[in-house]
Amino acid sequence: MPRLVRMDATGHSQLAEWTGPGVEYDRAVEAFRAELEDGYIGVWDHRNGTATQVRELPPDADLVILRKPIAGG
Amino acid sequence: MGTAALPELATVPWRVPIDRDRLRRWGRLWTLWTVAWTIPFIVAGIALILVEPMAIPVAIASLAHAWVVPELHAFRGASVVRQKGERHAQAEPVAQGFLADLLDHEPRELQRQTGLALEHAGLGHWLIGEAGAILFLPDGHRVHCFCVSTTGKDLPPSDRIAHLLLALRTDEIGFATVANHAFSGAPWRVRRRLPKPMRAAFDAGLAEARSSASASDARSPIPATD
Repeated sequence: MPRLVRMDATGHSQLAEWTGPGVEYDRAVEAFRAELEDGYIGVWDHRNGTATQVRELPPDADLVILRKPIAGG
Repeated sequence: MGTAALPELATVPWRVPIDRDRLRRWGRLWTLWTVAWTIPFIVAGIALILVEPMAIPVAIASLAHAWVVPELHAFRGASVVRQKGERHAQAEPVAQGFLADLLDHEPRELQRQTGLALEHAGLGHWLIGEAGAILFLPDGHRVHCFCVSTTGKDLPPSDRIAHLLLALRTDEIGFATVANHAFSGAPWRVRRRLPKPMRAAFDAGLAEARSSASASDARSPIPATD
């Protein structure tokens, strides 16, 4: 089942999961947008060693992760 | 919906994207830099002994400088993957479980044992720590050390690694461009300054880099000879 996960101080928090277009997906989209506004970056992990930054929640994504920005130290 | 470039690149618009040629140039510059630091101290030390044997203590100090400065550079390189910040004992097992989900079996076990995640990408093999990464170029003759970390300071260690891993997977060139280059040199110079538990991950990264280079050599067509 597709999941929206945020990496945070607790380790990670699952914000939403959905089975396809519908109420659950709409709620996940809302949650996703709210996190983007908070400064998180959405990443669709393709489970094959590659990932894509996403600005909209892909309905067919298996796992979308919200991460904070990185910077040179 | 999706974009290929790392959004953090907008914070460093003056930087030129990193590629293999640029890494090669950086490598040569680091070698020149090391030689430029070392040779004058060695020459001064030897000259002092030849000119005035009574100045041996000063000569020793000069030779010590020739040894210490490259040591400090390599120490800085190794430090990019050292553990940093709070350990977050409660949240860390959850974060490590999540990071493990992102890794294949072998890198997962390696991360559990050493605290470092090994990832293969286009420029080479990356060893990712909590606040930095080491890149093994495909021939395994040189490593590049980068300082880079998440801006989320309250995260458990494995989440910090996962942040870097996901950024790397999204855009490797962007990742290397955003990161601060800390050191480049021979692998042995970095390895001996790593904490012992991390050396197994370093060795694994180096072995992968060398095996990928020999595999690519084996694939290269042999030039035809008449």
